[in-house]
Amino acid sequence: MQEIRNYTMNFGPQHPAAHGVLRLVLEMDGETVVRADPHVGLLHRGTEKLAESKPFNQSIGYMDRLDYVSMMCNEHAYVGAIENLMGIEAPVRAQYIRTMFDEITRILNHLMWVGSNALDLGAMAVFLYAFREREELMDCYEAVSGARMHATYYRPGGVYRDLPTQMPQYRESPWHKGADLKRINAWREGSMLDYLDAFTDDFPERVAEYESLLTDNRIWKQRTVGIGVISPEKAQAWGMTGAMLRGSGIAWDLRKKQPYASYAEMDFDIPVGVNGDCYDRYLVRMEEMRQSNRIIKQCVKWLRANPGPVMVQNFKVAPPSRADMKEDMEALIHHFKLFTEGYGVPAGETYKAVEAPKGEFGCYLVSDGANKPFRVHLRAPGFAHLSSMDAVVRGHMLADVVAMIGTYDLVFGEVDR
Amino acid sequence: MSENLQTPLVGRLAARFGDTLRVTVVRNEVTAEVAAGDLLAVAKALRDEAEFRFSVYIDTCGVDYLGYGQTEWDTDTAQGEGFSRGVEGQAMGRFNWAERPRETGQPRRFAAVVHLLSIEHNRRIRLRIFCEDDMLPVVPSLTGIWPGADWFERETFDLYGIIFEGHPDLRRILTDYGFVGHPFRKDFPLIGNVEVRYDPEQKRVIYEPVSIEPRVLVPRTIRNDADLDQARAEAADRWREN
Repeated sequence: MQEIRNYTMNFGPQHPAAHGVLRLVLEMDGETVVRADPHVGLLHRGTEKLAESKPFNQSIGYMDRLDYVSMMCNEHAYVGAIENLMGIEAPVRAQYIRTMFDEITRILNHLMWVGSNALDLGAMAVFLYAFREREELMDCYEAVSGARMHATYYRPGGVYRDLPTQMPQYRESPWHKGADLKRINAWREGSMLDYLDAFTDDFPERVAEYESLLTDNRIWKQRTVGIGVISPEKAQAWGMTGAMLRGSGIAWDLRKKQPYASYAEMDFDIPVGVNGDCYDRYLVRMEEMRQSNRIIKQCVKWLRANPGPVMVQNFKVAPPSRADMKEDMEALIHHFKLFTEGYGVPAGETYKAVEAPKGEFGCYLVSDGANKPFRVHLRAPGFAHLSSMDAVVRGHMLADVVAMIGTYDLVFGEVDR
Repeated sequence: MSENLQTPLVGRLAARFGDTLRVTVVRNEVTAEVAAGDLLAVAKALRDEAEFRFSVYIDTCGVDYLGYGQTEWDTDTAQGEGFSRGVEGQAMGRFNWAERPRETGQPRRFAAVVHLLSIEHNRRIRLRIFCEDDMLPVVPSLTGIWPGADWFERETFDLYGIIFEGHPDLRRILTDYGFVGHPFRKDFPLIGNVEVRYDPEQKRVIYEPVSIEPRVLVPRTIRNDADLDQARAEAADRWREN
């Protein structure tokens, strides 16, 4: 009789469903996975070590590049850790702006997630729909910071600058013209808050559109229901957070349980799953988009009514205004010292966690009083999630591994750091 | 997290563990220093006992305390000609592998730091375990208590060379296959050791000694001047008025 043996196969690092650079060494028994050994680190850039060799402010831009689909949430954790150690607090308006952009980021992330996850599992159309709205929110990033993705908008002590009073409009080009141009510029007549008002009125309908493509879709359910079931106890022991934990039925959300920025003033709900499978996590994320939409709406309303400073007036941390520098020697010196040497952060250590779209993104910061961090450790949710891969996919079919990679919502910028 | 959430935890930790833990609370963050020998018993109690229930393993990371508090630029005293212009120091951006500092003179350089979260009580705790031997830093592994410790301990081993005793699969995780050294140690040069390129003649990827020069743009400074404290206080006052 012929001997039948397990065989080993490489999944990635160039597989389109590997979400970047995951190399997964799978030991297979036919179509069934016996053992999965994820090899990560192909995108390791040593962000934490680089941050140790630069003044504090120069590393904010690196944070965008960690989880490069939820940029501002990463900044929030790092900037929050610095603020903790320095004992400064951003002005209220900056807190609201941060809350609003955290939620814009959450929608950006979840749109990317639903699009690519559906694409991995064979539903092409969702990706195109999701990217349509992603583009609209990306424009908010651009309007406020000048960059569509890597914003470096949050700074210790507030945000870089106030929201623009005029939303940039599209000009006529070979790609945008005629009725099409008129349509995309219709929302952009007023300020950014007007634009976001129009967006938030429209968005719930869009989510309904994605849901009509997937929620009752027979193929989608066959691929996700009962796949990758994670019990609440296991989810905690593996250090899961975010939708991975809520999908297993634990109503844990830092925005509610340990509120930061202005989440304490916001009215929103935390969706939880029941079965802890891929389908429940999908439902949780879809509902989170609706809730984020609600939060953005509340922030827009508040920001309209309450003008004010968006940065602390402490010139050891925040730059003085350009106009002051032309006349005031002191302001010029402050500017020079801030952008060459930076500021010293009092010695100590802190851990600042935010509810990033993927889970708890934390920044453990150790300072010895210098103008550079002594140690920065970034706790990436994806890293903890992916470490459970082997235990979750054992006994599943090969195709379910793809569903699992999708449901983890992995981005290798943050896993590999 | 508010004050009243964290304070009872300190009392309970003291009552339960006594001198085993050295507990400090700064900014409502609880840090407990544990000896490596006591770690497993403490961790098990923290997970299982009803008054703690730290069920979620947040992360582990290493810290290398070499050079803690050292500056490269003297900012406290000025001579006749003003403040010093020269920069002295051995920050990791300033040397290459051959010139790395060999004599460290820092006892108990390495520590592993563990963060835990209790969902039931909505609390966090930080455990710090110093490694007694710098040449062979060893800490017991927590993988038997929280499976989530697995990768974080591999990462700490990879980047700092801290060995987690009892870890089932202590391989490198983030660095390249065949990497030599532990890159996040403070005596590991920032520029690294080797660079990689594709060699068209040999038709393969080759590793060569690194060719970039070490350099630092901004010196590391610690300012303790009274002026600064005053400025901070003034700024805080101004902020309150606004």
